[in-house]
Amino acid sequence: MGIADITFYAFAVTLLGAGFLVTIARNPVHSVLWLILTFLSAAGMFVLLGAEFLAMLLLIVYVGAVAVLFLFVVMMLDVDFAALKGEMARYFPIASIVGIVLLMQMALLFGSWQEAESARDLRQAPTPDMAEMHNTKALGMIIYDQYFLLFQMAGLILLVAMIGAIVLTLRHRKDVKRQNVIAQMHRDPAKALELKDVKPGQGLG
Amino acid sequence: MVGLEHYLTVAAALFVIGIFGIFLNRKNIIIILMSIELMLLSVNINLVAFSSFLNDLVGQVFTLFVLTVAAAEAAIGLAILVSFFRTRGTIDVEDVNVMKG
Repeated sequence: MGIADITFYAFAVTLLGAGFLVTIARNPVHSVLWLILTFLSAAGMFVLLGAEFLAMLLLIVYVGAVAVLFLFVVMMLDVDFAALKGEMARYFPIASIVGIVLLMQMALLFGSWQEAESARDLRQAPTPDMAEMHNTKALGMIIYDQYFLLFQMAGLILLVAMIGAIVLTLRHRKDVKRQNVIAQMHRDPAKALELKDVKPGQGLG
Repeated sequence: MVGLEHYLTVAAALFVIGIFGIFLNRKNIIIILMSIELMLLSVNINLVAFSSFLNDLVGQVFTLFVLTVAAAEAAIGLAILVSFFRTRGTIDVEDVNVMKG
């Protein structure tokens, strides 16, 4: 067993253990932290598979953005998590049955699975040799060429998601006094200000 | 020697864990969203494993798009969650009945 195999098994065990703890952790903050560990070990597996760019993307996008977003929401919302967790024991049997049945179905599929003869001839974009082109460059060569439209659509999806998230969470509170900059700048000093020459001993009366 | 089957096994197990999490945390929608992320991650592992063992780069391109959609989905889901919590004061899935569906 070489060093690569040992690394794979370490990452696999960490991935599955952390993934399981995401679902059963009592505290949602712990769940998010286990989720981060799951993503880290998945990134390790991607490196083992030779997909370095995706591994780094997983670190940046998932650990850096999505997990932090989850953490932010968990900590910002004042939710009574103990009440939500109370009924977990009730759902445990049905969850286990569904999980075991699904696992057995996948095992059945796994036993009869075999690679087609022509699978290697049907490749869309054969991976270039590592010596002449590294993973990131090879990926860029086909994303910006063959899959350019899909790439732009992905960007559009992210834009729509960003606008949607802002629209959903933005609210104008009525009970807060705010500065109206436009009205402030268009105020006319001649209308707002008046100079009065007050005579001594008479007042404004 | 670690082959394609090992990676597929890990991905299948992770997918089942995701489904198990959805059924186990029927009330807590935050954990449900995290379980969906786990399932998408297992699909990504499948795609990258096939891409690596068949020497086809398209699997990694698709992983990139799955990643994009997953990030957008997480952002929208959490935004809906925040606005739902503001109106109802709870995140219990069984209380989602404003539209009487």
